[in-house]
Amino acid sequence: MTNDKKLFRGFSRRDLLKSLAGVPIIGAVWYAGLSNTEKAKLEREFLLEKLNIKATPPPASGPMSGEPLRVGLIGFGIRGEQLMRSLGFATNEWLEDMAKSALENPNDKRLEDFKAQENLNVKLTAICDIFDVRAEKALRSFNSNGNSCKRYKSHLELINSGEIDAVIIATPDHWHAPMAKAAVEAGVHVYLEKPMTHTIQETYELRDAVTKNPDVVFAVGHQHRQTQSFLTAMDAISKNTLGHISMIMTTTNRNDDNGAWQYEIHPEASTATIDWNEFLGNAPKIPFNAEHFFRWRKWWAYGSGLSGDLLTHDYDRINCILKMGIPKYVTASGGIYTHRDGRNVPDVMHINMEFPDFTTGGSQEAGKEKGMTMVYSATLGNQFDRGTLLMGHDASMELGNTLSIYADPRSTKYREMIKEGRIDPKVPIYQYDPSANGVDAVTSATAKYFADKGLLWTYRDGKRVDSTFLHIREWLSCIRNGGTPSCGIQEGFEEAITAHMGGLSYKLGRRIEWDEANEQILALPGEDLDAVLLNNEV
Amino acid sequence: MSQTIKLTTAQTSGLVILRLFVGWHFLYEGVIKLYSPSWTAKGYLLSATYMKNFFQWLAGESMISIVDTLNIAALLIVGLGLILGYKTKLVSIIGIGLLLMYYFAHPPFPGYPQGITEGSYWIINKNLIEAAALMVIFLFPTSKVLGLERLWAKKNVQASTT
Repeated sequence: MTNDKKLFRGFSRRDLLKSLAGVPIIGAVWYAGLSNTEKAKLEREFLLEKLNIKATPPPASGPMSGEPLRVGLIGFGIRGEQLMRSLGFATNEWLEDMAKSALENPNDKRLEDFKAQENLNVKLTAICDIFDVRAEKALRSFNSNGNSCKRYKSHLELINSGEIDAVIIATPDHWHAPMAKAAVEAGVHVYLEKPMTHTIQETYELRDAVTKNPDVVFAVGHQHRQTQSFLTAMDAISKNTLGHISMIMTTTNRNDDNGAWQYEIHPEASTATIDWNEFLGNAPKIPFNAEHFFRWRKWWAYGSGLSGDLLTHDYDRINCILKMGIPKYVTASGGIYTHRDGRNVPDVMHINMEFPDFTTGGSQEAGKEKGMTMVYSATLGNQFDRGTLLMGHDASMELGNTLSIYADPRSTKYREMIKEGRIDPKVPIYQYDPSANGVDAVTSATAKYFADKGLLWTYRDGKRVDSTFLHIREWLSCIRNGGTPSCGIQEGFEEAITAHMGGLSYKLGRRIEWDEANEQILALPGEDLDAVLLNNEV
Repeated sequence: MSQTIKLTTAQTSGLVILRLFVGWHFLYEGVIKLYSPSWTAKGYLLSATYMKNFFQWLAGESMISIVDTLNIAALLIVGLGLILGYKTKLVSIIGIGLLLMYYFAHPPFPGYPQGITEGSYWIINKNLIEAAALMVIFLFPTSKVLGLERLWAKKNVQASTT
């Protein structure tokens, strides 16, 4: 002990101060760090509690147990192949390509994701494609692992074969309704690609057929209904986070061949390998044309251009969130400005949809706010991402696979909080990014376009999931366990009518009106709207 | 090299201030991350523009939580060591290592994407400058002038003279 005392004998108060000078600095820095994080956390929690937005995933669709469902496919093109992978069936060629690609790029998880995908307990028993090369490719790949798949030369043979319980239709637009109607009337469950129909008349007929066959489960392929950010958006809107929404801006921004429907023309395409008459169906009879076959989206005779092909995605994304239904008025304009290659559908297009009686609720005095415009603005000549914006009096929502909400500087609802400095209109008051910790491999500009819209994949428990897989699973679950698909005949009806109104307005150059009471698009005396819609000369 | 340079009081004070400031910066970063449970270096590592394989490996599922914990621990240790004046040589080396990792994940090399920065940099950026400051701190230890190591230094002096 005496030694210890001796040790400190030469130690002055000044020495002690110099030894321990760092301690108060540590105290100050630590306190500042702790209190600043706590304060930020409290502000955040205060705001989140105030907004009360729930980012909960929807209940998973029911079990896939029981006898395997027998599924048939009509149309094994680009989309058909994607749908089959979501169903659990990939071609040998795709598997090889993906294995190679994963070796070159470790971020490419497409093969890994596919292999990890849940087994949906289905048999792919039947396939119909009128191009031999595609049909044979399917048969080569899908007659293995205990699955036996047969080719049918026509869709009617497939539907009436007795070998299928359900059918997936991924054909050109002009075949959607005739095939779906035949299947529904034969008691076969239907998953139909968008747009639901090609003409106005078909839209009513298909709805009648589905209504008359309530045992048939009918779903339209708007897979983004499974995207979690949209479900979060629905919750935000139901809590009146945005106030009265007067304007919605949706866009298509593409600048590549694939995005402009310039798909590859297969070298083996000929009248010997393609059943041309079966392709034409109700379309005008013309001699064999390989470009029309592979790039059918470029002609009104088979496709429906931006209004049917891409507006439908954006319209249904918003209809899924707001349930605003068919617009009262539609005005469209545009032209063929970026791809003057013989196509007759526009490649630049604006469609203004008016909902004069619609409101999402508001924060100002009753009666001041009512009505909304949704703008769809598209170009196939530039891919600057203009995003999707829902603009309310109190806040704006940027919507994609991520979701951000910014308070409006002139908001009534957030006025006090903005004044107190608790809300900065430049910083999102709410942000939802399920992939915040991940970087996803996107393979092409068009893939990025779809991914940003939440059309390629979504997230469950932080894991990336193919939204088409979830959408097909939901349809299969409704077949097995009962229930109604999130995008059924009513949603499809609204989507199709809206798209047709867009196409009509573009072609007629005037405002198109929907008579809600009579469920009719108003025509001038003697005017055949379907003839206008299908007219290849305009 | 063994030649001892006698520093003026002002020069020594300058070195002490440099040490305290760098320590302050490290400690505050460490404390903020410590109390922000959702913080992770994953985004920074995944978006690395240089030595991508290494940084993406660090950001992987199996590594990231260890990486995050070690990063916070290292920031705190360096901050505490520099401010308290304890093991400053060791923590300077740790600090340099940490800063070089930050630097090489997003280096301001010509032709490399710069992302969002608050200034303009070419090859040299603030991470590298702070690493250089730590090198100075390593080469000119001051914790016997101001810091816990003064206790030991005094002890030794006393012990040897009695």
